[in-house]
Amino acid sequence: MQRIGVFVCHCGSNIAATVDVNKVKEMALFEPGVVHTEEYQYMCSEAGQAKVIDAIREKNLTGVVICSCSPRMHEATFRKAAERAGLNPYMIEIANIREHCSWIHKDIKEGTEKAVILMRAAVAKVNLNAPLKPGESRVTKRALVIGGGIAGIQTALDIAEAGYEVDIVEKTPSIGGKMSQLDKTFPTLDCSACILTPKMVEAAAHEKINIYTYSEVEKVSGFVGDFTVDIRKKARFVDMDKCTGCGACMEKCPSKKSLSEFNQGLSTRPAIYIPFAQAIPNVPVIDPEACIKLKTGKCGLCATVCQAKAIDYTQNDEIITEKYGAIVVATGFDTIKLDNYDEYAYSQSKDVITSLELERIMNAAGPTKGHLERLSDGKAPKEMVFIQCVGSRCSDNRGKSYCSKICCMYTAKHAMLIRDKYPDVNVTVFYIDVRTPGKNFDEFYRRAVEQYGVNYVKGQVGKVIPQPNGKLLVRGVDLLDNKQILKEADMVVLATAIEPSADVRKIATMLTASIDTNNFLTEAHAKLKPVESPTAGIFLSGVCQGPKDIPETVAQAGAAAVKAIGLLAKDKLLTNPCTAHSDTLFCNGCSSCANVCPYGAISYENKEVNDHGIREVRRVAVVNNALCQGCGACTVTCPSGAMDLQGFSNRQIIAEVDAICR
Amino acid sequence: MSIENKEEFRPKIVAFCCNWCSYAGADLAGSSRLNYPADVKIIRVPCSCRVNPMFILRAFEKGADGVIMCGCHPGDCHYSTGNYYARRRMTLLFSMLDYIGVENGRTRVEWVSAAEGVKFSTTMNEFVEKIYSLGENVRLGDLRCKN
Amino acid sequence: MSYGNNQVEIIKEISGVNPLKCMKCGKCSASCPSFNEMDIKPHQFVSYVVNGDIEALVQSKSLWKCLSCFACVERCPRDVKPGKLIDAARQLVVREKGKNYLLADEIPELLDPETPQQLLVSAFRRYKR
Repeated sequence: MQRIGVFVCHCGSNIAATVDVNKVKEMALFEPGVVHTEEYQYMCSEAGQAKVIDAIREKNLTGVVICSCSPRMHEATFRKAAERAGLNPYMIEIANIREHCSWIHKDIKEGTEKAVILMRAAVAKVNLNAPLKPGESRVTKRALVIGGGIAGIQTALDIAEAGYEVDIVEKTPSIGGKMSQLDKTFPTLDCSACILTPKMVEAAAHEKINIYTYSEVEKVSGFVGDFTVDIRKKARFVDMDKCTGCGACMEKCPSKKSLSEFNQGLSTRPAIYIPFAQAIPNVPVIDPEACIKLKTGKCGLCATVCQAKAIDYTQNDEIITEKYGAIVVATGFDTIKLDNYDEYAYSQSKDVITSLELERIMNAAGPTKGHLERLSDGKAPKEMVFIQCVGSRCSDNRGKSYCSKICCMYTAKHAMLIRDKYPDVNVTVFYIDVRTPGKNFDEFYRRAVEQYGVNYVKGQVGKVIPQPNGKLLVRGVDLLDNKQILKEADMVVLATAIEPSADVRKIATMLTASIDTNNFLTEAHAKLKPVESPTAGIFLSGVCQGPKDIPETVAQAGAAAVKAIGLLAKDKLLTNPCTAHSDTLFCNGCSSCANVCPYGAISYENKEVNDHGIREVRRVAVVNNALCQGCGACTVTCPSGAMDLQGFSNRQIIAEVDAICR
Repeated sequence: MSIENKEEFRPKIVAFCCNWCSYAGADLAGSSRLNYPADVKIIRVPCSCRVNPMFILRAFEKGADGVIMCGCHPGDCHYSTGNYYARRRMTLLFSMLDYIGVENGRTRVEWVSAAEGVKFSTTMNEFVEKIYSLGENVRLGDLRCKN
Repeated sequence: MSYGNNQVEIIKEISGVNPLKCMKCGKCSASCPSFNEMDIKPHQFVSYVVNGDIEALVQSKSLWKCLSCFACVERCPRDVKPGKLIDAARQLVVREKGKNYLLADEIPELLDPETPQQLLVSAFRRYKR
């Protein structure tokens, strides 16, 4: 039989005003097992806790019920107090007589009655509580960063600087991500490469950072502190140790018709290629789709010209298995496909381009060497139209319901740069709203209007019609003048919405990290835990969590790194002791529980059981306490009733039901 | 039913709330001082999928007049899939209960997020009102539980 | 008959549109082929309905200038469908008059060989309900 103490808190007048605390205290004495009752003004205060501790010691209490505020508020406080008094912290139960009682009822009689019942239920539960001990699991002092864009690089650098090993897995042949494709960055107009490439070099040179480019995460198992990850290193067909990056192979390669991914398909590249000049590592890859040697077996020119003998056509994909304590997701974004927006004639005219394509055109290393020209005929444009919110803020099924956040600013940047470099070009921007919350952002946009004379028109474009003379007829509206506008433009630039990378859903599934309907990874708390995933040990960095610009991405990357470091700095993790366990005598090894377990925590073992004197070996379920998060799905699924959840056992919950219905 | 009768009848209502969403939603209803009748008593469970149909049968057996189960919205489960299992189990259980005479109005599943204090309170008000209109539960009760 | 708030509800019901979803981007007006013929522009339909000014809407020229080409319906990023709203307003008037619709048999004598096919189809859409 338990020796239970019941402590009733007044919470000043928060509880005492609608609940007769003395009545609750008196009624508690009638409950089975209750040997001590007490009430106090503020149970959570130092003095209140001291009362609990003293009572546990003096009366040898084995269980404690605190009638107070929500357990979400002070359960941890009272558990610590119990521990100080030498009582197992899981022998504490809280009866929530504030949020669930005194605060919602006005009548003192009604409130007191309910408080007594809630107290009874807690006492009934505590009578069946058993001491629980949290398990311990070790922490592998190594972090994995998925994605090698600015978010991933920054996170990796910050973790490495704290002294922990970091691996970056990047699916393309080089780190750098979307930022490496940008020409200039708002609001200061720094050259993107000038600020990014030093960071790329720093990451590559850092002794604690190991970069797997052209690689993908294949499989993830394990749990916080102890993840095991399979990384597929795709065949490069070039030996990374031997290659000197001289580039002779790329010059001689006869298959030069592949579209350059880096230039958004606006230029071509050879089958053996380095994506861009500052790529890290500076080692080419062979595109097996384009390589004549790999497709037909005839060619091999690159191997002949390679003095370092680095070309290896027989290379295969390689699987690397590594252990990590923390994983940071930094998978970034892509621009959406414009198939659903035929009214903008993107597929019909080469002169209708996306903003990311314009970045490449404006870039000195881009397909036009930085000259602004029409892709159809190479002529310099005189009239340019920018259309904002293409695919963003669309609540129909064609686009994305969210605001892509960066488009207003980069459109202002593009407009400004064009007016600066080519003052004879007229620039018109069709906008719905100009959203510039950010330091120096609105000033930047106003500069585009006031100093550079960019024509901002409030309204949208309904249709872009390619004309026989090669011009583009843009039909838009000026809502402030209430006029329809027909404009002949030479180029149309679409501020295309961004969306999370295509494979993020696959990665989230592997990590059991939750993901929203837009494929953005969900944070553990929208305000207070913005860089943690609800899955322990998984952290979020950059646009994979939601649209953001570069400064925000870098800030979030640092925050994700700090959270990862906080985890890696621990030697051991305490696990939640409220886990499922299976009674080997009842278990018939049917696998129902393993099928519903979201964490893969249940496995099967052949165990010898003693069933009423009959000894036999049976296949029974075994729960891995480090993996189990204690949801209880298995307990209800189990047809033989072998599974139960510690801390929320069948008997405990039934005791609560009985107490409430008594 | 006469009015006096109605005043005498105080239903017993058990609410199962998952720890992560609905229990927090109930807390929010409390801290926002949103009234709902005292007949509702909340039992905290880690997840709606922890609610064994047995618990609900037990509640009716012991004289409950209504049972409501609240969990995270589909897709938002803290344990990613728990509420889907709960939803299926409860659909089956409720149709079985209806068949044996425990009206559908006495049982309910509602998704309440941690931010939906208002929804928690309105749901409870509606549910209790429904139970009042249905009156005392006469099915499934263990006669030994009656006074 | 005067038009007021219950007409707003009728229009919402006929059109199946929630005008509050509008984010005032103007893509409807940018798409409209009869924009210049209209006194109340397509993007304004929405705010007239929101503000309950149905009287002005049914008195407007726009009511009969809309071709029902549904370009605005097709392109509206928010599923507000101004074309459906004006269509519903037209229905209000037509239903009230009780007889203001075309019979298929009457069409040949009204037919001008210059009339584009599309106009005929939209005329049917508009009147033959």
